[in-house]
Amino acid sequence: MTGQGTIHSASQGWSSPQEAAALAAPRLAGKRRAFNGRVLLGLFLPVLAALLWEGAVQAGLAQGRLVPPPSRILATLWGLAQTGELWVHVAVTLWRILAGFAIGAAAGIVFGAISGSSESLRRLFDPTLQALRAIPSIAWVPLFILWLGIFEASKVALIAVGVFFPVYLGIASAILSVDRKLVEVGRVFRLSRIGLARRILLPAVLPEAVIALRSGLGLGFMFVVAAEFMGASEGLGYLLIDGQQMGKPDQILAAIIAFALLGKAADSLIVLLTRPLVRWQDVARERL
Amino acid sequence: MLKLEHLSKTYADGTQALSDINLSVRKGEIVALIGGSGCGKTTLLRLVAGLDRASTGAIGLDGESIREPHPAVGIVFQEPRLLPWLTVSDNIAFGLTHLNAAERRARVSHALEKIGLREHAQRWPRDLSGGQQQRVAIARAFVTHPKVLLLDEPFSALDAFTRASLHEHLLSLWGETRPTILLVTHDVHEAVALADRAIVMQPKPGRIFDELPLALSRPRDRAAPSFEAAARRVLAALDESLDPARRSPQRERDREAAALWW
Repeated sequence: MTGQGTIHSASQGWSSPQEAAALAAPRLAGKRRAFNGRVLLGLFLPVLAALLWEGAVQAGLAQGRLVPPPSRILATLWGLAQTGELWVHVAVTLWRILAGFAIGAAAGIVFGAISGSSESLRRLFDPTLQALRAIPSIAWVPLFILWLGIFEASKVALIAVGVFFPVYLGIASAILSVDRKLVEVGRVFRLSRIGLARRILLPAVLPEAVIALRSGLGLGFMFVVAAEFMGASEGLGYLLIDGQQMGKPDQILAAIIAFALLGKAADSLIVLLTRPLVRWQDVARERL
Repeated sequence: MLKLEHLSKTYADGTQALSDINLSVRKGEIVALIGGSGCGKTTLLRLVAGLDRASTGAIGLDGESIREPHPAVGIVFQEPRLLPWLTVSDNIAFGLTHLNAAERRARVSHALEKIGLREHAQRWPRDLSGGQQQRVAIARAFVTHPKVLLLDEPFSALDAFTRASLHEHLLSLWGETRPTILLVTHDVHEAVALADRAIVMQPKPGRIFDELPLALSRPRDRAAPSFEAAARRVLAALDESLDPARRSPQRERDREAAALWW
């Protein structure tokens, strides 16, 4: 978890300017303007590229058949939304991710907590789980189809497997890396095992747990595509395959954009829902 | 009365950290443990806190033996060790879950008043300076009204000015409930400013080299000649303890000298 380390060190450096900003409202507004400036700067390159390509196609310099111009992609996306087709695909894909994520994350949290808190159980479970982790998740697909059929169950299972490992690893390593000195504070105040877990370990692992859930969700999006490639009649992954087979690159790109928007929205939702739990921590993570 | 009898501690790797420590501390007394690094001061404190087990010997508090963390023993560590996810007032209230809400609030707000951080009650520890954080840590230990309070070089990371002001905060809190205090320090002036008695320790293995009574009246004036003289005596004992040629202190001579001073 080297990324976590950098977040921590960065956070210490930022705490005092943040404090100052909180005290001085006008400076906060200034900060927001700076933030907008940064967003605009980040948008500059993609927007420029889109405009250039649009211009090139409009001017007849390029045909734009295999790489459709932005206007055509947006028109396709709009058309799909108008007929209601898009929402069906989005709903199906989201449902699959949600089911897989719920199962995978719940199992990851349970096993991560077990591995992190008991050394003997860690020695029992961890080697097996690490060995399973080494298997590329896609390799399970044939087996899942044999076991669970070609419909929803096998897809959800694949997503759950994909989500499980990052969550398991994140939670276990977060518990193992809880500051011994804070645990000692719990001992001085004679907390029971449950008290220690509730009052020290749980809050201490929350920031890393959120990061684990976010990377789990990211993998959920990755595996939903794989799952929908292996045979589906609905879902954004189906739109991708359909676009390939029907020679509609604009539909492929429309589905990709839909994925990007959904993924970002889901990630932001996790950040938003967990922010009250980790607001003591720091502001550096808001930059990620 | 806190009693340490024939206490010794040998770590699993064979290092002998403490050897045959005998010490009794009166109720309400402030005792400073002073010595060079590696003389087992912190180990001794951890044994009394019940965080580590002694290899041999016993620790008794009012006849009760201490082998694990005890409700009547509080500790302030070298670092504040505040819980970053709790506000200042929740950190202070951390050890008060057995009390009802009203009593808890009363104790916390009184402690906040005492350490001068009332307006910071709802802030996060990250918003406080090092000295303020250590004040919160001291308050967290005091509000449980321990009989014995252990301080493990709690001021060593602070500048001299902040340290002196924290000494005042500590003494003012001590004045209310008068707990017995065991203070580990490597700062001679800190020992003289706070303690009723200084125990000079010697390393390899950690043991008690000498004891010096510091019978100065309170509040203590750091500029007074008696303060300076006491500091010099502690320093001399400390120097002797680090001189391997001297294995036993000249306690008698020191006692006489002390008698002459006051």
